[in-house]
Amino acid sequence: MATDQAPRAAAYPHLTPGGALAVITLRNFTTYRRYWKLFLTGFLEPVFYLFSIGIGVGQLIDTFEFNGQQIPYAEFVAPGMLAASAFNGALLDSTYNVFFKLKYDKLYDQMLATPLTTADVARGEILWGQLRGATYSGAFLLVMLALGMIHSWWALLALPAALLIGFAFSSVCMALTTYMKSFQDFDKITLAQLPLFLFSATFFPITAYDGWLRWVVEATPLYRGVVLCRELTTGSLTAASAVSVVYLVVMGLIGLVVVRRRLDTLLLT
Amino acid sequence: MSATPIASTAPSRLSVRDGIGRQLDYWWTVYKRTWRGGIISSFVSPLFYVVGMGVLLGGFIQVDPARLEGAPSYLAFIVPGLVAAHAMQMAVGETTYPVMGGIKWHKSYHAQMATPLEVRDLVNAHLVFVLARVASACAIFMLVLAPFGVFASWWGPFLAWGAQVLVGMAFATVVFGFSARLRSEEGFGVLFRLGVVPLVLFSGSFFPVSNLGPLLEWVARFTPLWHGVNLSRMLCLDTVDWPLAVLHVVVLGTITAAGWLWAIRGLERRLSS
Amino acid sequence: MILARGLRKSFGEFDAVRGIDVDVRRGEAFGFLGPNGAGKSSTMRMIAAVSPVSGGELRILGLDPATDGPAIRARLGVCPQEDTLDNELNVRDNLYIYGRYFGIPKAVVRERTDELLEFAMLTDKAKAKVEELSGGMKRRLTIARSLINKPDLLLLDEPTTGLDPQARHLLWDQLFRLKQAGVTLVITTHYMDEAEQLCDRLVVMDRGVIAAEGSPLDLIRQFSTREVAELRFGVGEHESLAAKVEDLGARVEVLPDRLLVYTDDGEEVLAKVHERGLEPIAALVRRSTLEDVFLRLTGRSLAD
Repeated sequence: MATDQAPRAAAYPHLTPGGALAVITLRNFTTYRRYWKLFLTGFLEPVFYLFSIGIGVGQLIDTFEFNGQQIPYAEFVAPGMLAASAFNGALLDSTYNVFFKLKYDKLYDQMLATPLTTADVARGEILWGQLRGATYSGAFLLVMLALGMIHSWWALLALPAALLIGFAFSSVCMALTTYMKSFQDFDKITLAQLPLFLFSATFFPITAYDGWLRWVVEATPLYRGVVLCRELTTGSLTAASAVSVVYLVVMGLIGLVVVRRRLDTLLLT
Repeated sequence: MSATPIASTAPSRLSVRDGIGRQLDYWWTVYKRTWRGGIISSFVSPLFYVVGMGVLLGGFIQVDPARLEGAPSYLAFIVPGLVAAHAMQMAVGETTYPVMGGIKWHKSYHAQMATPLEVRDLVNAHLVFVLARVASACAIFMLVLAPFGVFASWWGPFLAWGAQVLVGMAFATVVFGFSARLRSEEGFGVLFRLGVVPLVLFSGSFFPVSNLGPLLEWVARFTPLWHGVNLSRMLCLDTVDWPLAVLHVVVLGTITAAGWLWAIRGLERRLSS
Repeated sequence: MILARGLRKSFGEFDAVRGIDVDVRRGEAFGFLGPNGAGKSSTMRMIAAVSPVSGGELRILGLDPATDGPAIRARLGVCPQEDTLDNELNVRDNLYIYGRYFGIPKAVVRERTDELLEFAMLTDKAKAKVEELSGGMKRRLTIARSLINKPDLLLLDEPTTGLDPQARHLLWDQLFRLKQAGVTLVITTHYMDEAEQLCDRLVVMDRGVIAAEGSPLDLIRQFSTREVAELRFGVGEHESLAAKVEDLGARVEVLPDRLLVYTDDGEEVLAKVHERGLEPIAALVRRSTLEDVFLRLTGRSLAD
């Protein structure tokens, strides 16, 4: 019964940022057990694309040249799918799911009634997205390995690269989500997501573009991610790889700062 | 306030036409609220696929037309299949969350059932709405693609449009029945990932099913989407095998009719439980 | 426990709270009474240390919410106006995970969860999904959840709004027990009976300011008469009949559906009404309530 009021709340130790992260992750893990079917099938999507486009369409294409190597089409598409699925997963988690929790479930309001802070909430969401992303990316890399598409030890770094893509897009998209008013606004997300997915040299070489258009594509974040993954799985790193890494790190950090600030204005009013 | 009844004393059962007609205003209101998002999902996104896969990736594909089921280019190959696959996706989109919404969230079906309308009328009106959306989206889409020289005859695209609409209705009725029986929306995620996505990717929209190898090719030939894709493609490319075309129409027509009954029965049970 | 001086809250141009002074003492049940939009919920959110103060001074448990938010929230229990339960977790996990947000050790939260399930009479629903619960059960779960950290101060925003009468009484009983156990309660409500039942002391808020302060009984004594005679006449007649009964009591209020005559002897008023040849369709005599206090103070009824 609630009658014995002897040990007071203040007697408990303060929640450290790490502790807060662990608790929010516990919450997400507990809810996710209900959605294990969605979790499992989510992994299949990039694999289906790999088999369909990489192998089905790939029979109509010989090889593509990439950083001086001739590589079979399926091996060309696979790292693109790795990057694209990290991107798609991050988008789903940080837009629809966050919006639902923010506006309908009022989940963050509950959390903020406790000693948790908005920074804890933002970090907790991004970490969760990263954990899910790491599982998918790891499994996808294993599929690539099983299909004999990996020839370099650099491919081990493709996992952190996929996570970096996830982090960069999660934090920026979560920041954008805080500006959304209704589910109708998500059409705009689709409007950005699909061209990035299809035109970031995921399925064909950058040489499909000429002149200024090529420069534009080279400057988009998903293209940097796709090329980074492709360089790692084919083992042909260049100076541009470092540029991609810095680009994505900076993008993620900016997003994180904006998210935190926006959650403060939205939730602490 | 006077108590004169304003509704005429109707016969015990509404005619099919009347049953649908009385819901026109409802669906028109729904349309006015959602058409903006509809433009993106029904028009802009397939266009992105045509440009990304058909034009850009297609630019790297130079093979003999025989390897593309007679299509002169990869773009010409992919367009009829993409539109058919798109008709399916639209139909599925309109009969999943909206149906569950009518049952569970905004409960419009329950509200409508408190009027003289019957379950049959609700299903019909919903399906007519889906039909209108799919038919208009596919028509606009085919019109936009016409100048790109992907059609082999003037009459083929018109019949192909009919085939695309038929694919849409086959999936709309079946998925409506599925949604009417579904308890949790989690099932939709699974339907999309294990049903819709593999169908789009492996039913001959992006590559000839013969590339799948002999065994999987026959699996693909048994999917309803392949019937629609192949019919649409034969008509667009003017490579029609008429007996096969008749088979496609019969298969899709049968699925639509059976799906319609399955949808009505499903919603009847659900609303009365 | 709570000390506010000239406390203000503005949203852009709109001033929700316009300078209030409040003192809440340890162990008491303190009420904010007022219609929707009076500024109660804004005040509660500031006290809960989730809404920055726009002006004035606020101390909660001796701490400043601007700098010690997490430390204050660690010792508060908050039951918001709308249930913000975690719909993706079952009933037990709603308590358990929430307790973990406070950094309470696992074993302690587990024990606490069992106690609170018992307290909320939800033990047999422990595995149920939140959406399967009735409105009253959800409310009890929200309250149980707000107790997970054994708060020094429990904030209840409209605790019984939307509940059926039976569920309300059940909840009141639980709140009484907490009060007996020494928990300081702060309650907002627009139900008079709730305020009279639960609060030792209350303030009446209207348009962002405090209109009156005191115990329910004090307020009734101060702002109303002992009894009220309610008279119902035909549709649309109340306005014109008011003048004819004006001199019978200390004050007459005209409501759309009835006349209220404030007096120390209601039966006498009724008798006089009949003497004057007026035939109300319905009439009754009752004791004054906080509703009458509010009507007197603001000229409006609380239900608006």
